[in-house]
Amino acid sequence: MSKRIDVKDLNVYYSKFLAVEDVNINIDAKSVTAFIGPSGCGKSTFLRTLNRMHEVIPGARVEGEVLLDGDNLYGPGVDPVTVRSQIGMVFQRPNPFPTMSIRDNVLAGVKLNNTKISKGEADVLVERSLQGANLWNEVKDRLGKPGSGLSGGQQQRLCIARAIAVEPQVILMDEPCSALDPISTLAIEDLINELKDQYTVVIVTHNMQQAARVSDKTAFFNIAGTGKPGKLIEFGDTPTIFSNPTEKATEDYVSGRFG
Amino acid sequence: MTSTLTPVRKRSALTKGQLPKAAPYIVVAVALVLGAAIMALIGFNAFGWGIVSGILFAAGLVGWSLFVEGARKAKDKLATCLVVGAFLVALLPLFSVIWTVLVNGLPGLLDPGFLSTSMNGVTGAFDNKTVEEGAPLLGGIYHALMGTLLITVLATLISVPVGLLTAIYLVEYGEDRALARAITFFVDVMTGIPSIVAGLFAAAAFFALVGPGTKTGAVAAVALSVLMIPVVVRSSEEMLKIVPNELREAAYALGVRKWRTILKVVLPTAISGIASGITLAIARVIGETAPILVTAGFATTINTNVFSGWMASLPTFIYTQILNPTSPSNPDPSSQRAWGAALVLIIMVMLLNLGARLIARMFAPKTGR
Repeated sequence: MSKRIDVKDLNVYYSKFLAVEDVNINIDAKSVTAFIGPSGCGKSTFLRTLNRMHEVIPGARVEGEVLLDGDNLYGPGVDPVTVRSQIGMVFQRPNPFPTMSIRDNVLAGVKLNNTKISKGEADVLVERSLQGANLWNEVKDRLGKPGSGLSGGQQQRLCIARAIAVEPQVILMDEPCSALDPISTLAIEDLINELKDQYTVVIVTHNMQQAARVSDKTAFFNIAGTGKPGKLIEFGDTPTIFSNPTEKATEDYVSGRFG
Repeated sequence: MTSTLTPVRKRSALTKGQLPKAAPYIVVAVALVLGAAIMALIGFNAFGWGIVSGILFAAGLVGWSLFVEGARKAKDKLATCLVVGAFLVALLPLFSVIWTVLVNGLPGLLDPGFLSTSMNGVTGAFDNKTVEEGAPLLGGIYHALMGTLLITVLATLISVPVGLLTAIYLVEYGEDRALARAITFFVDVMTGIPSIVAGLFAAAAFFALVGPGTKTGAVAAVALSVLMIPVVVRSSEEMLKIVPNELREAAYALGVRKWRTILKVVLPTAISGIASGITLAIARVIGETAPILVTAGFATTINTNVFSGWMASLPTFIYTQILNPTSPSNPDPSSQRAWGAALVLIIMVMLLNLGARLIARMFAPKTGR
């Protein structure tokens, strides 16, 4: 239940502005890949092109190919909705639906699409997803309460439960811990390690220790200057990137000499 | 040991002179007495007494404070007096209107049959009898009440779908296109249309489409929707805009289609604001007089068919009762009816506003643990 992603010669534009230039990257199935780099270098922009969330922004478009197990996401006739149901996403800030209970938030992917589901199946799905997000024990007694009443860390895990409830192939995470305290961050990092057994995980992070802790492979993005496009500088095994990078820029960044 | 003892003082070294707790009440009492004395000299009336006492109170309290507490506290008291004074001045017309309408309207409203009979067959002769022989007051506002309700409901049925869908287009699909900008511009222009123009437009449109002289409740409803749509568009647009984009993106990322996202995530999140906006828009048009005069005409009989015949409404009922009393020689019964109708209208608007608050609270996203 997980697929690999191969990106070929991808350019990402906001209208005429080239935001990310010429990315080639191969992300293995059932692995954790971290994107690191200074702010504004296009990590998040690139991440959003991997499930066609990029084009939600007016004027945004891409050139090149993103292959999910060989199928081009940007091929003619591909429905972005199908793409997004296969590649889930967790955002920087926890965003549970305020009008829904915890249970309904987990079932959102099913219910919003009007898919018929029996109560028994729904109960199983809710428990499995919340177990998968390490949240079940904390919320099992108050599934009917609003999701917005949870703490920030719990809300973020609720969003992860919501994402895995639609059983995607790949989970994208855009700085999932940047709004959380160290303990909640630890809970999410543990969770990422467990998710790896079933899903392909791609995570954008500003925290290099986090990248080192959770990821198998790391991609370093950088930007030459304001108004210039972001580029993928180096991609390799996480230990190599952090201890023995090929590029000077990567070494400077991971050793904290700039950025 | 004794060197560390704190000195025993009567008052903290950190405070200056203080007014006694009862100071404002003392000043109020003195100001009221003095005010009464001054008014007695130049001729007493309650309104002047209030004004003079208020000024005396402010001057007395600020002066006393300046003497005992110093300049900073005195300035604080002056500012408090000014703010409270402005607040009272702002409330004065509101309470005055409500009081006047209550006093004048209650006799009419409490008249048996006022809410359940129409003016059908009530002529000046009956009113003359009421005044001259003390016969019971006949006639009521049932026909006007029904007219107002039917016209407003129909106007709401027209305006809400049009206005809400326009707002959804502007916020979710417009993307700053030329069409969206044009709609925004014309909605802004429409907000400023004088209501009589809306009435003339609706009348002219129906004269051209249906036939000259077409005056029905439906025409009035169209005129009112012309006034209502921009209000609904504007308020719904604002409410939809403040739905965080993150919620839309969260739904898209779950593989939910755009129209479902709008229907099941965006609208439920904004529904409380939209509903109260619509209710306030209804309250805004329910008291319109001019557009109904030119579109639905007057009636003294009950007409519950909005698609044929002239129709009465509360505002036009008030207008005609005051301007053309049923009995020209004894206008008092007519003016009593008009005040009664005004009271009913105000109660309806109040209920609508309360309803808007209730709706907003009912639909508001739930919080709690």
